[in-house]
Amino acid sequence: MATSAAQAGMIGALAARFRSCPVTGLQIDLAAERLIKANAIAAVVFLAIGGVFGLLVALTRWPAVHLLSSDMFYLVLTAHGLDVLLLWIIFFEIAVLYFASAILLNSRLAAPRLGWVAFALMLIGGLLTNVAVLQGDSSVMFTSYVPMQASPNFYLGLILFAVGALIGCCIFLGTLVIAKDEQTYEGSIPLVTFGALTACIIAFFTLASGAVILIPTWLWSLGYISHIDTVMYKLVWWGMGHSSQQINVSAHVAIWYLIAAVTVGAKPLSEKVSRGAFLMYILFLQLASAHHMLVEPGLSSEWKVFNTSYAMYLAVLGSMIHGMTVPGAIEAAQRKNGYVNGAFEWLRKAPWNNPAFAGMFLSLVLFGFLGGISGVVLGTEQINIMMHNTLYVPGHFHATVVTGTTLAFMAVTYLVLPLIFQREVAFPKLARIQPYLFAIGAGGISLFMMGAGTLGVSRRHWDITFSDATLAFDYPAAAFLMLGLNGLFAILATVGGALYVIIAVWTILFGRRVTAENALAALGPMPPRLQVHTAVAEYGSAGTWHLPGTYILISVFFVSFVLYYFVNWKYLSELWPMG
Amino acid sequence: MAEPTAAPTARERVPFMQRLLDNPFLLLFLGVTSPAVLYLLWGVMELSQIPIAR
Amino acid sequence: MAIQPPETRIWWNEPVARGELVWIVIAFLWGVIMFFMMIWWHLEGRQNLSTEVYRIAPDVFVSRTEAFTETYQVGEEGESGVPLVRPPPGSDVYLLGRLWEWWPVLELERGQTYRLHLSSADWQHGLSLQPVNINVQVHPGIEHVLTITPTTSGVFGIVCNEFCGAGHHQMTGRIRVVDAAAGG
Repeated sequence: MATSAAQAGMIGALAARFRSCPVTGLQIDLAAERLIKANAIAAVVFLAIGGVFGLLVALTRWPAVHLLSSDMFYLVLTAHGLDVLLLWIIFFEIAVLYFASAILLNSRLAAPRLGWVAFALMLIGGLLTNVAVLQGDSSVMFTSYVPMQASPNFYLGLILFAVGALIGCCIFLGTLVIAKDEQTYEGSIPLVTFGALTACIIAFFTLASGAVILIPTWLWSLGYISHIDTVMYKLVWWGMGHSSQQINVSAHVAIWYLIAAVTVGAKPLSEKVSRGAFLMYILFLQLASAHHMLVEPGLSSEWKVFNTSYAMYLAVLGSMIHGMTVPGAIEAAQRKNGYVNGAFEWLRKAPWNNPAFAGMFLSLVLFGFLGGISGVVLGTEQINIMMHNTLYVPGHFHATVVTGTTLAFMAVTYLVLPLIFQREVAFPKLARIQPYLFAIGAGGISLFMMGAGTLGVSRRHWDITFSDATLAFDYPAAAFLMLGLNGLFAILATVGGALYVIIAVWTILFGRRVTAENALAALGPMPPRLQVHTAVAEYGSAGTWHLPGTYILISVFFVSFVLYYFVNWKYLSELWPMG
Repeated sequence: MAEPTAAPTARERVPFMQRLLDNPFLLLFLGVTSPAVLYLLWGVMELSQIPIAR
Repeated sequence: MAIQPPETRIWWNEPVARGELVWIVIAFLWGVIMFFMMIWWHLEGRQNLSTEVYRIAPDVFVSRTEAFTETYQVGEEGESGVPLVRPPPGSDVYLLGRLWEWWPVLELERGQTYRLHLSSADWQHGLSLQPVNINVQVHPGIEHVLTITPTTSGVFGIVCNEFCGAGHHQMTGRIRVVDAAAGG
């Protein structure tokens, strides 16, 4: 690769140094590799910090434990949101962007020095905001709704972080341009890279919205601006707050395809359909920022219905397509691998003891059933009246961001460690159970918070017994049970999360080096198959199409979706009439 | 583009949708414009038209 | 594979298998149904959020709520010191969210339709009426007029479900709904 680039006479390309990947044969730009490592490590550090905060939150919500004081609870809750929802996720996503561009396209990374500037900005910003929160005068929650005011450094940190991330996105786009110019690949970019591009595009809108609203808010906290409209703030803020979770969706769907490809040799059933589904994300997914504006005053029902439904649920269509094509591609590949009996031999004999595969499949199922269905129901204009700001909301987004995104990121880590860090995953037996522990824990958290929310329990609330309130009020007893169970499952999730952090850190520091001989084995157990490269010749042609298992899975999904959707309309019809 | 190299198929025109999906900057434009207009601009217009209480 | 470029140069023209097409059509139609479900509920359903909204200075809304309370106050809610207000059935009623209370306590008549004026004196609050489970965001400077018909009698709690600072978890209120005879 370096030779053809040199022929092109590119100075940057001359400077780039490569190594050859023993598994894929790809040329790996060492500068890109170092940046991927740095961003991934920063991500894991913030996951560890934010995870501890999360446990403290859950233990305080557990009525029998009620660990923290109210001030500390609100402080820790703010820090938890920031560290895991923003810092862990976006640092990891930047690593994914560099991986999906430079590595998968066999190219050098555009402007690696700028990559370090971006990294530094993100790190300084993240630390600045964390310090502001821990100092105690910025317990304003992740959303920081005006006119509640945090210290100026809270906003400044977020702005620096956003600028850094934006630079990272530009480097991704720059790398696409370089790879195309230097012809490091032929034809269209791989599907995984296309998914990363989708994430990158959504990130542009996200970070731009963040800048548009956080810069004036920062100036307001410094006293240069006297007033910020509260609804306007929310409208623009959620352009960042919700869209940033749409970056996650695009990134983790791309990772599903990636892991399925590496572990079982899965190939997209149809490039056209999968890319079309990503296009639906690019065009419409971000409209769902309106999910947070459904019971706000000042917006018309037309605006609410159109935006909350992603323009007639076209982005949901995209997700439902991925929800079929990912398991479908796995089934097709597994049938090629020789597991042809019955509807589910391909699934039973999937590499469940490979943490990358197990984490990916659990992420797929939990994201679809828990996160996807609850998200659409929660985002239905009228149904939102009985769910807005209840614990149902964090229940929903723990299903999407924790069991969906975080679990997918954990899963891909088990491939990144051998491929990029070139280390064998340490403690393989613990690694094997880690995704299951974390999935059960996080799934329980989501489910029980949604349960408590259905019973009306408020989110971001220190004392659901209202012991100090002038006018007492009691939530149903079942809600207390739900929050107790939430605490128990949070402990389980913490154990799973801690295992992940320990395995990752230990592997990086002390793991055995991967060599050409053990490189493939280091990726974990995989089904015996015709080699990765020769797996399948002609998907997309009708002849290869016999996927009964996938049809059964998506039928179960669809029936659950429809039933749960209409059950909630039934509940809604029992509310006091209002209009 | 692979067009100069892929001689036998080069003459077949790449369909419009594939050209769209292969163009990251056009997608970026669409992906930013769509929510900026439908969500932000439309929303800001409505919020700025809230009447004053009598 | 998904990590390599598509094998054919022109992949857009590849046929899509029937099973995949069927699923796409089902998913699309389901989206259309869910979309029209919201519109249909606006026409036929009885639980829709009012869009009657005005900008109002917070102190003006506070004084209107105080005047309303003075006019229709019938006592105090238990020993809390919070005024208990019984407005005429079917009238305009005011409810104020402020750090950290919902004020005053309203006594409404079952089956009557009220125009509930809602706003905040200071920060954002979340009106969460329990156990009916109606949740509406409340902003300072914006008056939201909900048309609401209590159909069950009893004592209902109002919780604040938008974080509003140190006393957020103490911010409660109450609505009493009485049957017409008892309320007379």
